[in-house]
Amino acid sequence: MTDTIVIAEIAKGTIHATTSELVTAAAAMGSAPIVIVPCTDASIADAAASIQGASKVIAAKSDAFAHYDAAGWASALDAVAPAGTILTAATPQSKDLAARLAARRNLSVVQDVVAINGNQLTSPVYSGKAMQTVALSGPAVVSVRANVFDAAPSGGACEVAVVDTTGNMATAVQEFMARASQRLDVAEANIIISGGRGMGSPDNFVHLEAIADTIGAAVGASRAAVDTWEAIPHSMQVGQTGKTVNPNLYIAVGISGAIQHLAGMRSSKYIVAINKDADAPIFQHADYGIVGTWEDALPVLQSTLSSMMA
Amino acid sequence: MSNIVVLVKQVPDTNAKIVVSGDRVDLSAVKKVMSPYDEFAVETALKHREANGGEVTALTLGGAGADKVLKDAKAIGVDHIVRIDTEDEHDSNALQSALATVLTEIGAEVVYCGKSAADTGAGSTGPGIAERLGWASVSNVISVAFENGLTVVAPSEGGNARISVPLPAVVSCDKGDMKVRKPNVKGIMQAKKAKVEVKTVAMQGSTVSVVAHSMPPAKPAGKSYEGGAAAAEVARLLRDEANVI
Repeated sequence: MTDTIVIAEIAKGTIHATTSELVTAAAAMGSAPIVIVPCTDASIADAAASIQGASKVIAAKSDAFAHYDAAGWASALDAVAPAGTILTAATPQSKDLAARLAARRNLSVVQDVVAINGNQLTSPVYSGKAMQTVALSGPAVVSVRANVFDAAPSGGACEVAVVDTTGNMATAVQEFMARASQRLDVAEANIIISGGRGMGSPDNFVHLEAIADTIGAAVGASRAAVDTWEAIPHSMQVGQTGKTVNPNLYIAVGISGAIQHLAGMRSSKYIVAINKDADAPIFQHADYGIVGTWEDALPVLQSTLSSMMA
Repeated sequence: MSNIVVLVKQVPDTNAKIVVSGDRVDLSAVKKVMSPYDEFAVETALKHREANGGEVTALTLGGAGADKVLKDAKAIGVDHIVRIDTEDEHDSNALQSALATVLTEIGAEVVYCGKSAADTGAGSTGPGIAERLGWASVSNVISVAFENGLTVVAPSEGGNARISVPLPAVVSCDKGDMKVRKPNVKGIMQAKKAKVEVKTVAMQGSTVSVVAHSMPPAKPAGKSYEGGAAAAEVARLLRDEANVI
C-alpha cells in the first residue's frame, strides 16, 4: 500500500484551516496521510502536528517557497513526497501545483473533488451543471474543494520532521502590487457579499463594502455589474468568465442568478439572496431568500451584523 | 520571430442546458463553441505575433467534429491549424503527454491556453504540459507584455504580481481587461478554405476513467421572507442555525 500525502495549504504564512479538511479527505481515500508543509520557516509546520489523523508531518523547508512558482514548487515538493496519491486544496494556486506535480510523476490529476467513495472521486463539471465520478486505478494527484469535508479535529500530536529541499525556480517576481483595500479577494474569502445590476449604481457598492468589513467578507459582483460599470473591475467577477468560489456563505444582492453567475457560486455552503423580484432564479438556490429591495434590507443586515460582531 | 502555439478546446455552449441520460451527459443536441477562456489565449497569441513576429498555430485534440473550433481560430487570425486525432476518452496524463509530443514536433517556443476549459473547469493542461516539457508556466494571467521573454501579471496573495517569465513557457490566460477581436469576412472566407493538419499520436493508457455523470444534488428549498426587515432574522439564522457568522 502506498502512502497518501496531503500538501498543506498555506495562507499568510501559516497553515490554512482547509488543511484539516484535506486530512479528512485523505482518510476517506483509505489511509492516514503524511502532511507536507511547504515553508521557508519550519516552525509553521508545528500547527499541522495537532491535526488528528495525520500520520506524520514533514516540514519541507526551502527558499523556493517564498513566492509561488509552479516549476519550483513542484520540483521542491516532488523531492520530499513519497510515492502515492497526493491531495491539495482546490485554490487556483494549488490546482496549478497539483497539475504540475502530477505531470512530473507521470500521473493524472483530478481537480475540484467534492465527494470520495473509496477509489471513486466526484467533481462538478460543466460549471456545476452536472457531476462527474471517476475511478482511479493507481496513484493520482487530487485537489479537494474547501468547505465540503469536515475538518479533522485538533488534539493530535504527531512527529514533525524537517526536510530541506530545493526547487528549480523558473519565473521571478518583479513586484507585488497589493490591492488598494485590505479586503480579501473573492478567491480567498470564506464569506462573500456580491452585488449585481440591481444595485443601481456602482456607488451603491459602498453598502456591500460596509457589511463586508463588518464580517470580514470579500465583495464580489455579477458579470452584468462588471460589464455595465467600469468602476467594478473584472477581478471582482464571480461566475463563468470570472472566479469560481466556494465560500461558507455567499450573499447575493440585486443579482438575478443568470446561469453564468450560478456556475461560479452554486456550490457555496450557504447562499443568501436579496432581490426585489420574487421570480429571480437566484431564489431557487438560496438557503435564505429575502424578497425586498437592497435599500430596505442592507441597513437592517448591517446593523444586526454589527451588533452581533460587537 | 516566435513559434507560437495556442491550445483551443471545443466545449458545450456555456448557456446550454446539460442533460444526463442514463449515466452519461448527453451532448448530442448541444451547440459546441470554443471554450471562453481560449478566446483570451488566441487574442494573446495574436498580440505576441504582432509584437515579435512569427506564426501562430492553433492546436486541439479530438475527433473531426473538433475541426470547427480550429476554423474559428483561423477566422480570428491564426496561421496554422492542427488537430490530434482521437475520439476516445483519455485522462489528463494521456492528453497532456500527447499534446507535449506534438508541441515538440511543431517546435513550439511559447504556448498560450485558457485558464481552464468550460467543460471540466480543471485548468490542468497548461501547467501539466509545461512540466512535461520542462518549461516555465504561469497560470491565470491577466496581462502579458512581450519583452525580455514575457512579463506577465497574475493574481498573488493580497493582490497581483508582475512576473518575469523566461521562454519557452506555457501561459494560461484569464480575462483581465482584454477585449478579444472578432473574425472579419475575409478571415471567415479563409477559414472555410483552410486545411486542418491532422496528426496521430500513440496515446498512453489512462488510470482515471469516468464511471458516471449525474445531475447535481437538488438543494432543499430554502427559507423565504418578504421585505427587507427580515434581514435581521436572516442574520440571526446565519449565526445560530448555519453557524457561518
